[in-house]
Amino acid sequence: MNKRDMEYLNAYGNFHAYVPGENPRIPKKSPLSLYEKQNKNNKIVKSLEEAVRLSGLKDGMTISFHHHFRAGDYIVNMVLDTLAQMGFRNLTVAASSLTTVHAPMIEHIKNGVVTGIETSGLRGELATAISHGLMERPVVFRSHGGRASAIMEHQINIDVAFLGASSCDPFGNANGYSRSNTGKTACGSLGYAKVDANYAGKVIIITDNIVDYPNTPFGISQKLVDYIVKVDAIGNPQKIMSGATRFTKNPHDLLIAEAAAKVIFHSGYFNDGFSLQTGSGGAALAVTRFLRDYMVEHNVRASYALGGITGAMVRLHEEGLIRKLLDVQSFDLDAANSLKNNRFHAQIDANYYASPFNEGAAVNQLDIVVLSALEIDVDFNVNVLTGSDGIIRGAIGGHPDTAGGASLSIIVAPLLRGRMPTIMDRVNTIVTPGHTVDVLVTDQGVAVNPRRPEIAERLKAARLDVTTIDELKARAERVVGVPEPLPFGEKIVGVVTYRDGSVIDVIHEILDENEC
Amino acid sequence: MQLIVAGIAGTMESGDILIELEATEQEGVHIDLDSTVSNQYGKQIKRVITETLKDCGIQNVYVKAVDKGALDCTIRARVTAAAHNGSKNEDFCWE
Repeated sequence: MNKRDMEYLNAYGNFHAYVPGENPRIPKKSPLSLYEKQNKNNKIVKSLEEAVRLSGLKDGMTISFHHHFRAGDYIVNMVLDTLAQMGFRNLTVAASSLTTVHAPMIEHIKNGVVTGIETSGLRGELATAISHGLMERPVVFRSHGGRASAIMEHQINIDVAFLGASSCDPFGNANGYSRSNTGKTACGSLGYAKVDANYAGKVIIITDNIVDYPNTPFGISQKLVDYIVKVDAIGNPQKIMSGATRFTKNPHDLLIAEAAAKVIFHSGYFNDGFSLQTGSGGAALAVTRFLRDYMVEHNVRASYALGGITGAMVRLHEEGLIRKLLDVQSFDLDAANSLKNNRFHAQIDANYYASPFNEGAAVNQLDIVVLSALEIDVDFNVNVLTGSDGIIRGAIGGHPDTAGGASLSIIVAPLLRGRMPTIMDRVNTIVTPGHTVDVLVTDQGVAVNPRRPEIAERLKAARLDVTTIDELKARAERVVGVPEPLPFGEKIVGVVTYRDGSVIDVIHEILDENEC
Repeated sequence: MQLIVAGIAGTMESGDILIELEATEQEGVHIDLDSTVSNQYGKQIKRVITETLKDCGIQNVYVKAVDKGALDCTIRARVTAAAHNGSKNEDFCWE
């Protein structure tokens, strides 16, 4: 370029002249073949330690993980063991969720390697230890949508994301399955990990399956990935997912599911093109089966089903009863295979799924969601996080996101679990506020939130067994009596946040035993 | 009723309670309760056991109870059965 033209241009903007080979950021044109390039110039580093060193991780930083491998996950324990050996301290673990397999984290907490946790849920020994006061800093619990928005708005700053992937090519196109091969450990959607990949300072993909470029379709794009580590195993395939989620045979659950399907049918929201999500839990999942019969009989099809997608949803999709599946997390192998093979089964991220600040978020377009509850109170507040013994044993998941977004939120729960009543004056832990909960379906009758009198009218007109939540509570107490309050201590072990990050409740440590 | 041997009734199944009764020299009813719902229902369970033993006329007794969330009616039935079992009393009163 001649100098005069450049001076002329620079009156209108910041231009600079092209000089062949000047910009080192442009890779040099290479005579190598694709095969050779993949082997020589790639993002694969020789070990996890090397990736950690290159990432610039320091004491006190925040690292993140996803939970798409569920109870089969090897990544969290593998990474924390490595970081402990490398001498890191004072780290915050921001996981999309943690489960029974993460009990070894207890030692890392005791040794000061991990001093903070952000998660959707906790289970097993780790949950029990934390409920008994293991950590100094309270665990911050967030919903899936709340986590996504907290990451976007920098309430959670992820320094390094360690993301397990079922497949990855040498340049970082990663996914929870692969169309190149079957892989050892498919998990389907990487919906929660996609958010971490987008916002983390550095992104390390850990995989047991390096496939040829291009690994399309990908859940995580190469442009977001810094380093790739190949390991022998990223998880236990049997525990990541098995076949199709079995339908419950529990007659209690089936009774409740059948009643819930009837409620949906008469609710006023069962129209052609409706949208649907069912949460986890036997009764909630079984609703799909009963709803199918209504859909076939009345020639009503759903526009989309959302969420944790299961084999049951896939079958309805393949029958043409549900047009599209939006999948943030594939619950079983049938769902993972459908994501791989079905054109209209789409992988979405947690932000698209449930962000509280995005009008278009898929939860906001839901007509109906069916959700489980550990406890529900007379104001319809729901607890899915702490057990009847006051110990953490669950996860917020998308519960408040979907209840808050859907036009009709239905809670399904048995009136009694053993001797413990499900309905109480005040739940031990509020996860989903009562003003976003519309209908409670139990094995002993249906209660509608007084805020939705029109739904109560429709259900009564259809001669459903509609009563009040106080009457259901009284019915349970006539059988089991009123439980005494739990022995909570002063120390706060968990902060429960609502979708926007505001504090909706706290979890206190549990003391050993009531005097009795 | 008078305990002659150790009396046992119940199972460790969910929703049941296992009751073992043994006569002691000590005065009164001594209950060793292990329950999945002891924090919420421990006092109530002990009260039902004590009342049922009183109704059976058993006074100085050591009770070992392993509870898996049994309802009060179940607890009464198991304690009564254990009392009959321990006192070799086959004179049942079927209500």
